[in-house]
Amino acid sequence: MALPPLDSPQWQTSFRAFLWGARSIGATVLTLVLFATYLGIGALAHDSGFSLGWTLASTAFVWAGPAQIIVITTLGSGATVLQSAIAVTVSAIRLFPMVVSVLPLMRTEDTKRRHLILVAHLTAVTLWVECYRFLPQVPRNRRIAFIHGLGLGLVSVCLIANTIGYTLAANLTPLLAAGMLMLTPLAFLFSTARNCRELADVIALVLGLLLFPLAALLNSGVDILVSGVVAGTIAYGVHRARAGIVRARA
Amino acid sequence: MSGFIGDWHALAILFVAGVIPNQIWRMLGLWFGGGIDENSELLVWVRAVATAILAGIIAQIVVQPPGALASVPDWLRYGAVAAGFVAFMLARKSIFAGVIVGEIVMLSGKYWLG
Repeated sequence: MALPPLDSPQWQTSFRAFLWGARSIGATVLTLVLFATYLGIGALAHDSGFSLGWTLASTAFVWAGPAQIIVITTLGSGATVLQSAIAVTVSAIRLFPMVVSVLPLMRTEDTKRRHLILVAHLTAVTLWVECYRFLPQVPRNRRIAFIHGLGLGLVSVCLIANTIGYTLAANLTPLLAAGMLMLTPLAFLFSTARNCRELADVIALVLGLLLFPLAALLNSGVDILVSGVVAGTIAYGVHRARAGIVRARA
Repeated sequence: MSGFIGDWHALAILFVAGVIPNQIWRMLGLWFGGGIDENSELLVWVRAVATAILAGIIAQIVVQPPGALASVPDWLRYGAVAAGFVAFMLARKSIFAGVIVGEIVMLSGKYWLG
């Protein structure tokens, strides 16, 4: 699907820009990945004992797959609210640089901060990636409306996927239910691997996978935080050491 | 399943443990975003820790599987992830190829085991 040229009358109203944004969910393979991920989250929530309304509320109000999975798996396995909240807080820090880098793409001289609240809420890794791809083809004064359409379109797809996943998990044979639960780790592993930009990211991913089973032996209730902070800090140390070597050579 | 919403207490916990800790970063980005360099050293560390936490979550689901996934033997879950990863790399980092191959290996393995 191609967007209309920048000077097209199609961009004259915000409403049309919103519709073009919503229609653009059909133009990206990431929509399919999100669909599979949220199918898995729906099944996971079902098998962890949460209600469908709770699951949909988590998608609408949290709107960050990793945070939702942390809440479901930690609370589902008996962690305290504080332990879950700490793990989510740390995992969500990555949203800060995403919001910081996305907002200048759609700010104009007349833009007030409150106009950007919904854009900030909709910002997650998929939207962040797609902003760089789509926004150059959208007139600047219609970008907020376009992103509202794209973001709310993606949320709707995920709410539908949640409902299907949740319902299927209750009714499928154990074999297919297991297959649906497996969607979450697979989709997250490969989308994270794809997003690795630097060596530090790759080391953090590999060490994070390997250290979790060790940290789980501690049975601290915050195993994920322990392995995450240790693996992430080692990865950062390697990044620093390499930067030092490069500087020493220069 | 007890009703659509279930227990209101669980919904309150969702806001305290999930919504607020998550949204706080978006709103901070909205309020104080102007002056932060996306490539600063602090953000490199933050990104590495966030990636490792996500990796830990992935490992937790595979190593300590919930619900129906627990009926699949350990070696088959690990094998499916490994096969998916090989497909992901061969297909020039296609997320879809990785997911599909991982699923096929696990489902056919489990079906074959009975």
